[in-house]
Amino acid sequence: MGLVLLVVVWLITLISTYYFAVDKWHMLPLASRHGAAMDSWFHVTYIVVGVVFLAAQLALGYVVWKSRDRSGARVTYSHGNTKLEVLWTVLTAIIFVGLNLAGSSIWAESRFQGAGTNAVQVEVTGLQFAWYFRYPGPDGKFGRIKPELIDASVNNAVGIDDADPASKDDITVGTLVLPVNREAELTLRSQDVIHSLFIPAMRFKQDAVPGLMIHMHFTPTKTGEYEIACAELCGLGHYKMHGMLRVVSQDEYDKWIAQREAEKQQ
Amino acid sequence: MDAQPNAAHGHTEAHAHAAPTGFIRKYIFSLDHKVIGIQYFFLALVSVFIGMALSVLMRIHLIWPEANLPFFGHLKPETYLTLLTMHGTFMVFFVLTTAPQSGFGNYVLPIQIGAPDMAFPVLNMLSFWTTFVAFVVMVAAFFVEGGAPLHGWTGYAPLSALQSAGPGEGLGADLWIISIAIFCAASLMGALNFITTILDLRAKGMTLMRLPLTCWTWFVTAMLGLLAFGVLLSAGILLLLDRNVGTSFFVPAGLVLSGTVVKHNGGSPLLWQHLFWFFGHPEVYIAILPGMGVASQLLSTFSRKPIFGYRAMVYAILGIAILGFLVWGHHMFVSGMSPYLGFSFSIMTMAIGVPSAIKTFNWLGTMWGGRIRFQSPMLFAIGFVSLFVSGGLSGPFLAQPALDIQLHDTYFVVAHFHLIMGVAAIFGIFAGTYYWFPKMFGRMMNERLAQIHFFFSFIGTYAIFMPMHYLGMAGHPRRYSQLSEVSYLHGLMPLQKFISIVAFITIAAQVIFVFNLFWSMFKGKKAGDNPWEATTLEWTVPSPPPHDNFAGKIPVVNHGPYEYSVPGAPKDYVMQTDPAGAVTAAH
Repeated sequence: MGLVLLVVVWLITLISTYYFAVDKWHMLPLASRHGAAMDSWFHVTYIVVGVVFLAAQLALGYVVWKSRDRSGARVTYSHGNTKLEVLWTVLTAIIFVGLNLAGSSIWAESRFQGAGTNAVQVEVTGLQFAWYFRYPGPDGKFGRIKPELIDASVNNAVGIDDADPASKDDITVGTLVLPVNREAELTLRSQDVIHSLFIPAMRFKQDAVPGLMIHMHFTPTKTGEYEIACAELCGLGHYKMHGMLRVVSQDEYDKWIAQREAEKQQ
Repeated sequence: MDAQPNAAHGHTEAHAHAAPTGFIRKYIFSLDHKVIGIQYFFLALVSVFIGMALSVLMRIHLIWPEANLPFFGHLKPETYLTLLTMHGTFMVFFVLTTAPQSGFGNYVLPIQIGAPDMAFPVLNMLSFWTTFVAFVVMVAAFFVEGGAPLHGWTGYAPLSALQSAGPGEGLGADLWIISIAIFCAASLMGALNFITTILDLRAKGMTLMRLPLTCWTWFVTAMLGLLAFGVLLSAGILLLLDRNVGTSFFVPAGLVLSGTVVKHNGGSPLLWQHLFWFFGHPEVYIAILPGMGVASQLLSTFSRKPIFGYRAMVYAILGIAILGFLVWGHHMFVSGMSPYLGFSFSIMTMAIGVPSAIKTFNWLGTMWGGRIRFQSPMLFAIGFVSLFVSGGLSGPFLAQPALDIQLHDTYFVVAHFHLIMGVAAIFGIFAGTYYWFPKMFGRMMNERLAQIHFFFSFIGTYAIFMPMHYLGMAGHPRRYSQLSEVSYLHGLMPLQKFISIVAFITIAAQVIFVFNLFWSMFKGKKAGDNPWEATTLEWTVPSPPPHDNFAGKIPVVNHGPYEYSVPGAPKDYVMQTDPAGAVTAAH
């Protein structure tokens, strides 16, 4: 039985490790600036955890087989070994806490500082079950929102108050369009329950919380189309609260904005 | 730490009560901790089957969302979410917070410390029946108009705070909250009982440092429960008020649901998360600590070797418990909480890996150099260690907020907590069942069936939950009723299918356990007092024990709980009650 356990534990361990190593179901290809440091730190953590996983499970299998009851075997009566105890406690603390501290600058960089002054401004509204993206237009200001004015049938799903002059040049769309290699500042809000804007290719996730205006920033580095998924249970349509991010050249972005502004004035 | 329990004899007199007569007094409204423990165990058994049935339906829907099922018909997305909510709720509360602590703890603790019963037998009976009422209310949620809630076992507001936020969020959600509130009250009663019993009713010679590690985990788990369940109860009351009375603890102004402006204002959704997780994180340690105690007990007994580093094990239990109250924010890294708090919660979370690692090293150290007997309780104890390592090691990813950004609310998290709670803790329950069944019912469970059950469960659960890490890393969000609407998920369907198929097989294999359990109660080989040749006090009394455990003769303890293979001793185990001087090493 000891041998069977060793074989089973080792096989499970080696097969799992194999699939982790070959990265068969991998993260979506990275397309943002801050994501590079995250992916690389992910790899470091992977290796540290992977070594511990292999060591612990292979040791477990081995110990269970080696220490099986057999005739002539003698037990070492011992209540432990304080030196060893201290050694592995200190080592574990250094590895675990050290890993965390070493990677903490990545979190600090993306979250302790706000966006730069040249960032593209977009207000993101989550609601059951769609995402809306509002651009402030040339005046750089978002117009006032009044919940009573929400009416998707007249194209005002977000409830913008047209009485506010700042609203005149606001553009609200269902697709997030951003220029490549330029920082984007997203202000996340929600109309009803908690949602979460998850753009896996950008390594971006942030809850949209009713009652809060949450500022986040990232810089897309590759043009293309990227899926947005909702990542906080928000009701029966949670699985289909799907959106799209289109990253285009700065020229294309300017043209797109100008086109939208022109349509709005008509 | 080594102080003798005071006036233990006076207390035992006060708690002795005559054996009850009549079916109702003996088996229904019993004051006997052994009957109550078994009642809790069977409540958990029924609950785990409800939980498994719900998960089967979930797994079917995920891979065949358009299927028309017999009896259930076509499952709607909201039904999937209801199944998911109730699956989590039944499993976390009525299985993992019930069987390990209230089930085994109630049955075994008084005997292991040398007491005739718990400190408060009437409170004990009340705590079981209150839990039972909570269970009935929870089941009722399925059958009221709108059905059971869909807001997840975590019940985040405002989804859970507004009746119009979704189907099932009406009366069903109110019943869910009420059931949990009743459960909180029952848990607080149980916690008081456990703590008082351990402090006051230990037999002469049973110092704190001679307590079996099972008792230490039941003790510390009770303290966690005492401090955490009150917060959940409060949060539940506030939520009930927001939902029904128009208060706004959790609901801010300006919300619009189904075209109607919601009248609440001034509340904070994050407040719910802080309150819930302040309870929720200690809760997961409540779920795992007793299993760790059982693992320690069994690894030592079946290796015929003392536990490696008893004192360190006690400190690790205490460390896990204290740190467990300081890490709740790691569920909230992307919630909108201050990123500075994210940093501090993250450091504390990595720190809690240290006592967990100490325990793992010590389990390995216990087995090393032993003479391992691979009887069924030991198989599950070894399985527990492997599963705890696997589940625990996804922690360092999730504990780092920069990495958690990508993994939060994906299947990576589902893999993590299932391996620890949904498998390791369950293996702790299985291990305890195979181990203490002979004591409870006077018969052995069938070993061959137990081995088959073990291998199906061990390999099966790894096959179910290891792949979920891959799903999570690929960006698959959790709580999605189907994969159809997000393109990058389509390529993950083969893996989801694999998981579902393996899940069906593994769940089917649990029938072997249930059959073994019930068949052995009547037809199992008769068990003696000490079939495992173990050292602790429950093995000094008959199987099953008399009503007052020790037939009036309270034991005197002379040894620690893990005196196996003591050099010079006549047998390879020295019972805790054996005469002093039977052990050459000081303990």
